[in-house]
Amino acid sequence: MTSAQALADLTEISSQIVTAVVFDREGTVVASTVDDDRAGRIASTALELLRAAEEQGGAGGKDLVQLDAALKDGSVFVVRDGDRVIAATTQPEPTVGLVFYDLKSCLRSLGEKAEPEKPKPRRAPARRTTTTRKKKDAES
Amino acid sequence: MRSRSFLTGFFLAAGSAVGTVLYRRRAARKRERVQLYFGDGSMISLTEGSPEAERLLAPARELLAASRG
Repeated sequence: MTSAQALADLTEISSQIVTAVVFDREGTVVASTVDDDRAGRIASTALELLRAAEEQGGAGGKDLVQLDAALKDGSVFVVRDGDRVIAATTQPEPTVGLVFYDLKSCLRSLGEKAEPEKPKPRRAPARRTTTTRKKKDAES
Repeated sequence: MRSRSFLTGFFLAAGSAVGTVLYRRRAARKRERVQLYFGDGSMISLTEGSPEAERLLAPARELLAASRG
């Protein structure tokens, strides 16, 4: 599955998600549902938000995995999975649990794609056995 | 007669208590807030007004504005 396809699936499954951008910890956009310029701005702002939130939890030595901000005009979601981050916006008062579930599933499907495929174990070649065939003519 | 007035008073008090709870919940839902979820399963909720929340709400508002172009 390509990154663009994963995001297309996400917006198809979750009608509450308006925009979504996948990026790495350096702010490089991997895939998005918006144009490149907007995606870049969303990624840099989301990274800023993520860092500020991590500082908040950093005092207790906790590892931030996701956050949501409920605003008057809509909601913002950021989910982290290792080096990969997804940021999404929704309409006001979304179903928070469902949105988080869909975003995590999307990130997971991208992670599966990124992992190199393990070579399948090969079967040992079948041994050739020589069988002696009796001719039908010889039998009769 | 006495028990009837007691019941009326009881239902009025209960009704106003439920109404207050619902009103407060609705008002709280309309306030801007940020919720942070950590790997250990804990969560912090920051509501607008506190300096910690404002530090996070500012980039969140910016992000929402950026998403709308």
